[in-house]
Amino acid sequence: MIPAAFDYVRAGSSAEAISLIGEHGEDAKFLAGGMSLLPLMKLRLATPTVLVDVGRVRDLSYVRDAGDHLAIGALTRHRDLETSDLLAQECGVLRAVAAQVGDNQVRHRGTIGGSVAHGDPASDLPAALLALDATFVLQGPGGTRSVAATDFFQGFLETALAPDELLTEIQVRKSGGAGFAYEKFNRRAQDWAIVGAVAARVNGGTHVALVNMGSVPLRARAVETALAQGASPTDAAREAAVGTEPPSDLNASPEYRTHLVQVLVRRALEAIAT
Amino acid sequence: MQIGMSVNGAAQDHDVEPRTLLVQYLREACGLTGTKIGCDTSSCGACTVLVDGESVKSCTMLAAQADGAAITTIEGLADGEQWHPVQTAFHENHGLQCGYCTAGMVLAAVSLLDEIPNPSEADVRLGLEGNLCRCTGYHNIVKSVLAAAETMRASK
Repeated sequence: MIPAAFDYVRAGSSAEAISLIGEHGEDAKFLAGGMSLLPLMKLRLATPTVLVDVGRVRDLSYVRDAGDHLAIGALTRHRDLETSDLLAQECGVLRAVAAQVGDNQVRHRGTIGGSVAHGDPASDLPAALLALDATFVLQGPGGTRSVAATDFFQGFLETALAPDELLTEIQVRKSGGAGFAYEKFNRRAQDWAIVGAVAARVNGGTHVALVNMGSVPLRARAVETALAQGASPTDAAREAAVGTEPPSDLNASPEYRTHLVQVLVRRALEAIAT
Repeated sequence: MQIGMSVNGAAQDHDVEPRTLLVQYLREACGLTGTKIGCDTSSCGACTVLVDGESVKSCTMLAAQADGAAITTIEGLADGEQWHPVQTAFHENHGLQCGYCTAGMVLAAVSLLDEIPNPSEADVRLGLEGNLCRCTGYHNIVKSVLAAAETMRASK
C-alpha cells in the first residue's frame, strides 16, 4: 500500500517547521517518526497534501532535569526514553511505559511528541503523561503556550494543537524510580492495549490513568479519591470504570472492558502497594 | 525528489516520488529484493532493515526520511563469503522453513544483539515480538539467536 501523492519538505528547526506549515496551509501535516501517520496515510485515512518532516530537528531530542520537573523534547524516541538513566531515577514510570510501546522497530523510530500529537486513546504514553500531570509546550507563529495534559486531549484523535502549532516539549513531574505499575492487556504481541492501567505514586498521592477506556486517555479520579480516603486497592479498583465510555471493537465489548479495567487497576494498585 | 543513501556500503542516488516507501526504494530502485514485503502494515517485520544500525520496518518509513542514512539489508550482512554469525546460527539451528520472514528476523536479531549482547530467552522472545513467522514457529528462531549471541560474545 502506497500513500496518496504529497509534497515533502524538511525542516531544520522548529521555527522553520512552523513557517513551512503556515506556508502550506491546513492540509499540511508534521511528520516525526511516522509510526502513527504513515500507516494512516497508507490506508488513505489521512491524505495530507504536504508533509513537513521535523524528524531532523535534533535539538528537540532530550531528557533534561529542569529542577522541579523533567523536560523532554518532543522528538525524543521511545528507545531513548526506555534507556534514559535520568528517567530511571526521576520518572521510572515513563521509562517503563515507553518500553511497552509497539515493538523494537517501532521504538527505534517513534517519538513521544508524535504519540501525544496523534492523541490515540489506545496509545500507552498519553495515559502515562496524564498520570504524571504533564504539561505540553506548543510553539506556533505567535510564540509558545503551555497546555495541561487534562486539557490537551479533547476527543478521538483530537487535541488542543492548532494546525500551525508544533508540540516541542513535554514536562512531567518527578515521581522517582519506583512506586509505579503499568498493566497493559492485549492478546497479540506488539498490539495496542485492549485496556491499560497506569498507577504511579506522584507527590505523595496515587495517580491512576487509563488506556482505551474512552475517546481520550482518562484519569481514574474515582479510584484516586477512594484511595485518598483510605480504601484498599481492591475496593478502590471497583471504581475504575466510573465516568468512562469504553469503546466496542473486534477485541472487546464495553462490558468486557468495564470488567477488565477493574481487574487491571486492582493489579496495578496491588503492585505499588507492596 | 533526489535522495541518496548508503546501502550496504554502496552509494545510491535516485530521483523518487516523496511517497516512495523505503522498502520499495530498496527493492525497486536499488534492485535489492532480499527485503520482503509481508503484511505491509508494520505488523509482521518481514521488511526489517537496519537504518544507521537500528532495526526499522521499511514499509513504514519513507525513502525520503532515510536520505543520507546508512542502510543494511540482508544482502549486505555477510562479510564477503563469510556469513554473519546470526546467519550461520539460523542455518545451523534450522531457524527457518519457507524463509519469507528470515531476512527480517535476522536483521531484527542483529539489532537486538547489538542492544542486548547477552540476552535471556525471554529477552529474545520479547525483542523479536515485531517479527512474525508462520511456519517454523519460534522455537528454533529463538535457539538461533541465542546461539549467535554466544558465538558473537566468544569472538569479542
